Amino acid sequence: MTVYSAASSAVGVEAAGARDRSAAESRQDSLFRWALAGSATLVLVVLGSAALSMLWGGRLAFQTFGWHFIVSDEWDAVGRHFGAFVPIYGTLVSSAIAMLIAVPVSFGIALFLTEIAPNWLQAPIAAAIELLAGIPSIIYGMWGLFSFVPFMSDHVLPWINDHLGPLPWIGVLFRGPPLGIGMLTAGIVLGIMVIPFISSVMRDVFRTVPASLKESAYALGSTTWEVVWKVVLPYTRSAVVGGIFLGLGRALGETMAVTFVLGNAHQLSASLLMPGNSIAATIANEFTEADSDIYLSSLIALGFLLFVVTLIVLAIARLMLSNLARREGR
Amino acid sequence: MQSPRGLILRRRASNLVSKALGVAATLFGLSWLFWILVVTLINGARALSPRIFTEITPPPGADGGLANALVGSAVMSVLGVLIGAPLGIAAGTYLAEFAERRPVWRETIRFVNDILLSAPSIVLGLFVYTIVVRQIGHFSGLAGALALGLIVLPVVVRTTDETLRLVPNMMREAALSLGIPRWKVTVQVLYRAALPGILTGVLLGLARITGETAPLLFTALNNQFWSSNLNGPTASVPVVIFQFAMSPYDAWHSLAWAGAFVVTMVVLALSVGARAFLLKNRMDSNA
Repeated sequence: MTVYSAASSAVGVEAAGARDRSAAESRQDSLFRWALAGSATLVLVVLGSAALSMLWGGRLAFQTFGWHFIVSDEWDAVGRHFGAFVPIYGTLVSSAIAMLIAVPVSFGIALFLTEIAPNWLQAPIAAAIELLAGIPSIIYGMWGLFSFVPFMSDHVLPWINDHLGPLPWIGVLFRGPPLGIGMLTAGIVLGIMVIPFISSVMRDVFRTVPASLKESAYALGSTTWEVVWKVVLPYTRSAVVGGIFLGLGRALGETMAVTFVLGNAHQLSASLLMPGNSIAATIANEFTEADSDIYLSSLIALGFLLFVVTLIVLAIARLMLSNLARREGR
Repeated sequence: MQSPRGLILRRRASNLVSKALGVAATLFGLSWLFWILVVTLINGARALSPRIFTEITPPPGADGGLANALVGSAVMSVLGVLIGAPLGIAAGTYLAEFAERRPVWRETIRFVNDILLSAPSIVLGLFVYTIVVRQIGHFSGLAGALALGLIVLPVVVRTTDETLRLVPNMMREAALSLGIPRWKVTVQVLYRAALPGILTGVLLGLARITGETAPLLFTALNNQFWSSNLNGPTASVPVVIFQFAMSPYDAWHSLAWAGAFVVTMVVLALSVGARAFLLKNRMDSNA
């Protein structure tokens, strides 16, 4: 009897202990889950509050200048009148030049890595191209200023002036003093910087094309080029566009490299050889010099515009890329 | 109608031309890498001396080193990782392990994180400027570390999320069937299995912020002298490179090259090392 009751009370104590422990553990579990959920929410909060804080910081400029802030090309720190057309134009034009260079080159690299190169060469070449993405943008800037700019002004720009300058219609883009710094140089440097991003997306999506599709085309007697152009590219079109937009988003927001080679000149010029300015370069160059509230506010407003534009471009890129992922069943 | 022979020749020619252009594009891309690395290494090696690591940044026309900037960079980068990595690991764990009942919410966060991953870093610097620097009224190394932490965050979220999803379900089921609470399963089983991937993400994040310049311009600014006060303006190598390279002084240019050399070496070692580390661990686990 006593033995039984002792045993049963021991069982009771053990059961109570287990209950306590499982209660404690479920408390710990929900605490853990909430901490993780909070961290995940933080990602959303950062993006949202970044946009809002810059809208708030730039409100003075938006209120004072209204839509003149976007269309006026007068940037006058002394007269305290700020119109951002020159940097906006510079950002768009230098990014456009970058894409004109980077898209065909990236396509060529992806073609080489997926169809031409022997197996043993693919991994090392791909790693080397990705190293381009690892080099910090300040290094691109220094190399650009001390090495690439003199090269452009000594060898490339005089040739462009002589041969493309006299052309009708587009000639005006290529006439100007061979300074080296300017829109064209900045566009080329940007193009090099985004090549690794676009080519690695293209290479990855080219690899997702089912082998049976490609083999069918080869069996019908297609050449490698015809398979890539008529089978692989149509199959991966939306993801390829996504990769291009990803590169565009990078090019639009790139700061330091552009700051070094663009020339920081608030003037509008039809020639691509003339110095200009971009949104990011303007902010980087002038932020510490901003001596009035309206100046500072105008720079933050510029940052807000840049943020909104890159958000839209990157969102399009991700949507295009996720289409392919969904079709793959991933 | 053209002759079949002409058609075949033309198709062969276009095939050949496209392949030649593919090779040319690859050589074009590689030649830039080669050019940039050679210029940085040659100029950097020429400017490198022991003084770089022992003396502080000089005024114009004098000799000096980069010691204060190197220390500032190291401290802010490490702090940035300490801010960004734990939050990133936690958020990535939530996405991979705890959000199965809220797929829409989960995909929204993944989408926003991917956007944050490629958002311009200058914008994050402006963000920290408006919410921290402007409120406290002065530039601060801590604000710089916070901006860098925000750059590390999405990198770590992404890699943690992806690595945890690769852990076989058998491990979760085996651990849960023993009655182990989920937080212990996550911390003691899943993290152990996913550790190489998570560490790679942290290293890649560190590589990314080591050369970061733009966000520091508005947060940590720069400091020409030794400073033990992290809550004041703090020097960093990239910002010093920017300031010195844009100056007209030869001695400053030379220091900027030395800084560029050190930054490039550190960044390349980190990113190559991180990838090699991951590759080695994958091969070990496959064997």
